[in-house]
Amino acid sequence: MTIATAPSAAARQPQAYKSDYKPIWCPGCGDYSVLSAFTKAFAALALKPEQTAVVSGIGCSSRIPAYLTSYGFHGVHGRALAAATGLKVARPDLTVVVAGGDGDGYSIGGNHFLHACRRNVDLTYVVMDNHVYGMTKGQPSPTTEPDWVSKLSPAGTGLRVFHPLVVALAAGANFIARGFSGDPNGLAALLADAMRAPGFSFVEVLSPCVTYRPEQREWKGQVRSAPVGPTDDAARAARRLLTDDGFNIGVLYRGSRKPYQPPVGKGAARAAELEKAFEI
Amino acid sequence: MTNRPGTARTTVSVAVCGSGGAGVMTAGNLLLDAAARAGWYGLMVRSSGPQIRGGEAAALLRFAPHPIDCLDDRFDALIAIDWQNTHRFADEIPLDAASLIVADPDQGTPPEAYLARGARCVNVPIKQLAKAIPGSWPNMVALGLAAGLIGVPADAVRQVVTQSLKKAGDTLAASLAAVDAGAKAAGEIGAGLALAPPPARRSSRWLISGNEAAGLGAIRGGVRFVAAYPITPATELLEWLAPALPKVGGVLVQAEDELASVNMAIGASYGGVPSLTATAGPGLALMTEALGLSVAAEVPIVVVDVMRGGPSTGIPAKSEQSDVSIALWGLHGDAPRIVVAPNSVADCLTTTQWAVHLAEQLQAPAIVLSDQFLGQARAVADRPADVAYIGERLTASAGTEAYRRYAITDSGVSPMAIPGTPGLAYTADGLEHNERGIPSSGAADHRAQLAKRERKLVAHDYGGQWADIEGEGELAVVTFGSCTGPVREALARAKAEGVRARLVSMRLLAPARPKLLAAALEGVERVLVVEQNHSGQFFRYLRAEFDLPRETASCRHPGPLPIRPDEVCRQVLEWSAR
Repeated sequence: MTIATAPSAAARQPQAYKSDYKPIWCPGCGDYSVLSAFTKAFAALALKPEQTAVVSGIGCSSRIPAYLTSYGFHGVHGRALAAATGLKVARPDLTVVVAGGDGDGYSIGGNHFLHACRRNVDLTYVVMDNHVYGMTKGQPSPTTEPDWVSKLSPAGTGLRVFHPLVVALAAGANFIARGFSGDPNGLAALLADAMRAPGFSFVEVLSPCVTYRPEQREWKGQVRSAPVGPTDDAARAARRLLTDDGFNIGVLYRGSRKPYQPPVGKGAARAAELEKAFEI
Repeated sequence: MTNRPGTARTTVSVAVCGSGGAGVMTAGNLLLDAAARAGWYGLMVRSSGPQIRGGEAAALLRFAPHPIDCLDDRFDALIAIDWQNTHRFADEIPLDAASLIVADPDQGTPPEAYLARGARCVNVPIKQLAKAIPGSWPNMVALGLAAGLIGVPADAVRQVVTQSLKKAGDTLAASLAAVDAGAKAAGEIGAGLALAPPPARRSSRWLISGNEAAGLGAIRGGVRFVAAYPITPATELLEWLAPALPKVGGVLVQAEDELASVNMAIGASYGGVPSLTATAGPGLALMTEALGLSVAAEVPIVVVDVMRGGPSTGIPAKSEQSDVSIALWGLHGDAPRIVVAPNSVADCLTTTQWAVHLAEQLQAPAIVLSDQFLGQARAVADRPADVAYIGERLTASAGTEAYRRYAITDSGVSPMAIPGTPGLAYTADGLEHNERGIPSSGAADHRAQLAKRERKLVAHDYGGQWADIEGEGELAVVTFGSCTGPVREALARAKAEGVRARLVSMRLLAPARPKLLAAALEGVERVLVVEQNHSGQFFRYLRAEFDLPRETASCRHPGPLPIRPDEVCRQVLEWSAR
C-alpha cells in the first residue's frame, strides 16, 4: 500500500491516533483491542492522520472510524468496500483502510467483498468477526454456527458457515491473514504488514462479542500461531485454509498481483477538446 | 409547422424499417449526417425490438430548416427494406392518407397495420437494385431513396458514405452506386417531399445524442470520477465517458452493481473529486439508500437517470417520464435533494453541467432526469452556449480553528475538509450527528441538521435556469423534460390559429420553488400540465407543492408513444374555445 509517512522527526505515539470520542462498545468487547491495534499499526507505519482514511459500513465494529484521528467515513450497511474503492481510485495518495463486521462484510456486503478481492485495489480490509449481529442484539450472521439458537433462529440456522478466507482466496485477494483481538501487539504487526502489502489485503480478526457470544471468551485458549509461514502458492493456501480449524493466526497467503489503479490526473486535455467530435 | 401540398416542406418525417442486420440504423444515421452537412436540422430516434442482435429495427427521422426537439405527429414516408416483425412498430410510425410507403414487392405485402391508414404504396425492388450492384447492400439503396425523397444533395450523401465506410475501391464504389440507384428510384416516385432549403448557418452546429451531451456536461462541470454499471438506456453515457475521462485526468470504474456504483461515487466525492454515476429506473431504485447517505453526510454526487418504461424491468428501450415520483420522494427520512430535468437533446449538456455545479455548491445529491428519447436520440443542434457552471465546493483550509464539519451556517452550507488537509480530520457520517460530526440522537441536533440541509437547498438562488418560460396568454402549459419539444411545437401551431398560450418548461423540479412558478404564471387562469406517464406524477407533485389556478388539468399518457404536438395543440384549442 502507498504509505504516506510523517517527517522522520514527528513520529507519533499510538495514543495520538485515538480520538477523544468514547466508544459505544460493551465492556470487554474485542473491538477495543482492535482499535488499539489500529493505533499501534498507524504509529508503526508513521502514518499522517490527514493522509489516512478509515471507511466503514454499519455495525458495532463499523463505529471505529470516529474513534481514530484519521479521516473517517461511516457509510451505509454493507457498502464500505464500494465507498473505499471510489475513494482510493480517485485519491491514490491516501492510505485507505476499511473496517467492519461479519454481517456487514459477508452478508449484506457479500457481493462487494467478492469484487473487491478480484479488483485488487490497494486497500486493507479488516473484518472484526464475532459470528453475530451485535448492534441489533444477537442474530446469526454468515459465520454463525448452524446450531446456534437465537430469537430469530429458535432452531438454529442449519446453514453451512461462510468461510471468508477461502472465498477471499478464490476471488483473488492478494494478502490474506487471520488475527486475534486478544493479542493487540501481534494484531498490530499483522495490520501493518497488511497495509504495507500492495493490492487488496484482507485481515479476518477474531473479535469476541462478550454480550451475545460469551463463549467466545474461550478463543483466547484456542488460537495459535499458524504452524507454517505464508505461502504465495494459491493452491497450497487453499488446502491450508480449507483444512484449518479457524484458529490459525498469521499471514496465510501473500500473492503478487498488480494492484488495480487506473491513472488519475494524467490527461491534460481540456473539456473543450472533447467537443470536436460533435461538430458538423 | 404544417405543410401545404405543392410547396417545399417545412418539415419532413421519414422512417426506415427492416429486420436486424438490414442496416436501417446505419442508413438512418448516414441520412441524418448528410442532411446535417447540407445545413438542415434533424433528429433520429432508434426503435428496436428486444433482441440483442437480429431483431427488427426502425430509424425514425425528422428534418426541418429550423431546430426541432421532437418527432412529428405523423410520418410522410416509410421505407421498408423488409417487413419482418415491423408491424410491432406500427404505433410508433403513424401514417395517414397523405403518407407514402416505399416497399420492396419481393418482401411481401405491407402489414395491414400500415395499409389500414390509407397511405399510398409505391413498389421499389430494393433488394434487386442492390443485387445488381455487386458488393452493395439494400440499406444503401434505402439511404439513396430517403435522401432523394427529401432532396438531400447527392454530394452530401456521398461525403458521409465515403467518410463512414473508411474504405476505398470496390466496396465504396458499390455503396455509392447503390445510393445513386435509390436516389434515381426516388426521382421516379415524385412524392413532393422536398424540404425547404436550409437556412444560412449562423453558429456552429453539433450532431450529438443526449447521452453524449450529458457526458460532456459532466466533464465540463468538473466531474473526474464516474462509477458505472451498465443499464439501458444509460449505457452509452457511461461508454462515452470511459475513454473521455482519462483525457481530462479523470477515471471511470465499472462497479459490480448499482449499490456499489453510487457508493463508489460518494467515496470518491468524499475524497474531494466531483463524482457521477448514470443509470435508469431500476438502478435509481437500488441507489436510493445511498442517496440518503449523500444527503446526511453532505457528500455531493450527481446521478443521471435516463428514464425508461417502468415499473420493474418495464420497457427498457422505450422512453417514459415515470421516475418523477421516485426522484422527488423516493428516499427514506426527510432528505432534501436536487432534481433537475434537461428539456432537449442539447440541453442534456447544460443541465448536467448545472447539476454538477449545484451538487458541489450545495453539498447534496443531484438527480438529472433525462429519458430514453433525449438520451438516445441523435439531433442536429446549435452549439449550446458556454455556461459558467462548474463545481465549486466550499472547502475548509488547514489552520481552521475548532473545525466543525457540519457547522450550522446561515446558508446551510458548511466548509468541507478534504482528506489530506492537516488538522481537520473528521468522520463523514450517515448517522445523525452534531456539528462536529459526532453521532447524536439528540432532538436539538437532529432538528438543527435537518433544518440546515433543507435551508441550503431552498435558500439558494437558482437564477433563470430553473425554467424556460416562453409566450404570453391566460393559458399556460407547464411541462418538463422531453415533453417540452412537442409542447413548444403545439403552442406555435395554436398561435397560428390565434390562440396564445404560455410555455413553462421546468428544469428545476426539486427543491420546489412555488414563488418562482407563481411569478411565471402571473395572469394565467388555466394551466395544462403535460407529461409522459400513466398516473400524472408531475401533475400530482405540482398540485401538492405549488399554487396553481383552480382550472388546472393534466394531459398525459405513458410511453412508449411520445407526447405528440397535435394532442397538446388540440387540448389547448379545445380549452380556449370553451
